[in-house]
Amino acid sequence: MLDLTDRDQAFLKGEFGAGAEFAMRIIVRTAGTMGATHLLDIVSAHVDSCIYNGMAGLDFAERLRDGGAHVSVPTTLNVASLDLLHPELNRLDEPARANALRLVDAYVDMGGSATWTCAPYQLTDRPRFGDQIAWAESNAIVFANSVLGARTNRYGDFIDISCAITGRVPAAGFHLDEGRTGSVLYRLVGLPDDLLNEDVFYPVLGHFIGLSCGSGVPVIDGLPRTTTEDQLKALGASAASSGSVALFHALGVTPEATSIDAVCPPGDLRHVDVTPGDIAVARDHLTTRTDLPLRAIAIGTPHLSIDGFGELIRLLDGHCIHDDVEFYVSTARDTLAEVEARGWLAALDASGVTAVTDTCTYVTPIIRHTDGVVMTDSGKWAWYAPGNLGVHVAFGSTAECVRSARAGRIVRDPGLWHGI
Amino acid sequence: MESECLALVAGDAAGTVIRLDVPLSFWGGVDPSSGTIIDQRHPQLGEDLTGRILVMAHSRGSSSSSGVLAECIRAGTAPRAIIMNEPDIIVMLGALVADELYGTTCPVIVTDDVTFAALATGDTVSVLDGGTTLRQSDP
Repeated sequence: MLDLTDRDQAFLKGEFGAGAEFAMRIIVRTAGTMGATHLLDIVSAHVDSCIYNGMAGLDFAERLRDGGAHVSVPTTLNVASLDLLHPELNRLDEPARANALRLVDAYVDMGGSATWTCAPYQLTDRPRFGDQIAWAESNAIVFANSVLGARTNRYGDFIDISCAITGRVPAAGFHLDEGRTGSVLYRLVGLPDDLLNEDVFYPVLGHFIGLSCGSGVPVIDGLPRTTTEDQLKALGASAASSGSVALFHALGVTPEATSIDAVCPPGDLRHVDVTPGDIAVARDHLTTRTDLPLRAIAIGTPHLSIDGFGELIRLLDGHCIHDDVEFYVSTARDTLAEVEARGWLAALDASGVTAVTDTCTYVTPIIRHTDGVVMTDSGKWAWYAPGNLGVHVAFGSTAECVRSARAGRIVRDPGLWHGI
Repeated sequence: MESECLALVAGDAAGTVIRLDVPLSFWGGVDPSSGTIIDQRHPQLGEDLTGRILVMAHSRGSSSSSGVLAECIRAGTAPRAIIMNEPDIIVMLGALVADELYGTTCPVIVTDDVTFAALATGDTVSVLDGGTTLRQSDP
């Protein structure tokens, strides 16, 4: 039986307006389905329903907005279906384009911040360890839970904005200590140390874990203590694409994983050894074809960090992209402003790199030539783009992407996977 | 034969069963304009769900599936009812919101293991009493 506070009841009675009442009804029904006994307060929300998937999502948002609903906690907004800063890049047809813009307006009207990023953890204000939050977008969810140690369930359509409006979530799942224990222990066996320092390893490991772990909580033993946030981000994004991973623990690396006992229940735990052969298979699974002309490069999925831009500038080293290749980097408008402030935007322009903000190249038509191969350093892009865009994809390191973009054909670094 | 059910989204419906061999993600898995399965990796690729009683143990994949199910219900391409083996928030939310927005009900019910196992494609079933009773016609 669900125990509601007087304030929760006031929402249900419509005392905060018809929109807020609808939002609370959604929370209560979800809590009932999850078997929660009460609701919890949240400190912030990240909403993904602002991407256009059809009229139902727009009708829902406008019903809430027109019913006077407004967010009650700081709320960031995920990517839209359009680049709002660079409208000339959008190739979305009417009426989807107009509807996508109406959807954007509805979420801003309700008080969402115009952040338009799938990587809200790269914004200045981000959740702290132990914070209860309601985040949507699978890569943001797994980053918040795993790397920040904040607590969110896998929120999505309809429920994300309902949490933001009411400031409440069902007390269940990853919000509770018992929902956060590990279920599968992954041990890295025989992998070269050099490879563990390469960014390209992390989306591949995440892809392997996603395929083999499903919706479980993986515990990873063997990552270096020096593993960067960008590497953990890539690992999580892949694991949340090929699987439904919402939380992982990396022993000695992520904040809850101070020891194996801290994150694993006593008793039986499924063990999986991750071998060089497993990594080779997972890596090759991210490439669909390489024997067609290279048409484009897509990096920045999830949105590229400022450190990622620094690395890209270093790799480009003032060289130009081949005339036959489009080169896209997706990022947040806040990050692009920082790129500009550092004087890096001119260098990107001069090399022929196109910055995409507010959306992503795998969720909406932006790439002009989709008849060949697109190369990416993102496991998530490689997983979703063939279905969404109908393209063939070649997965590689960021350096391989840049080298290939300059050459106009796929160029591999033969030493990168030495020992695999 | 009748059995007791849990109604996640209340309503009555009757029709012919399509049972999915493996779980389905509505996002990227169903075309809302036609109601057919478009997931290239799904064994029942190309099957039309419109107007049938969809039987699947649970959903899979993206939480954007709620919006796609709601869009199917709005567009008139949805199943007539959905019978599941465990409570599923993504499916529940899609049907709940469509009911609220459009007054079009697609009941979502959960049955016990024995009842669930006995449901087969082609069976004629009725969801009754606001989704708390499932009647299977005798073979």
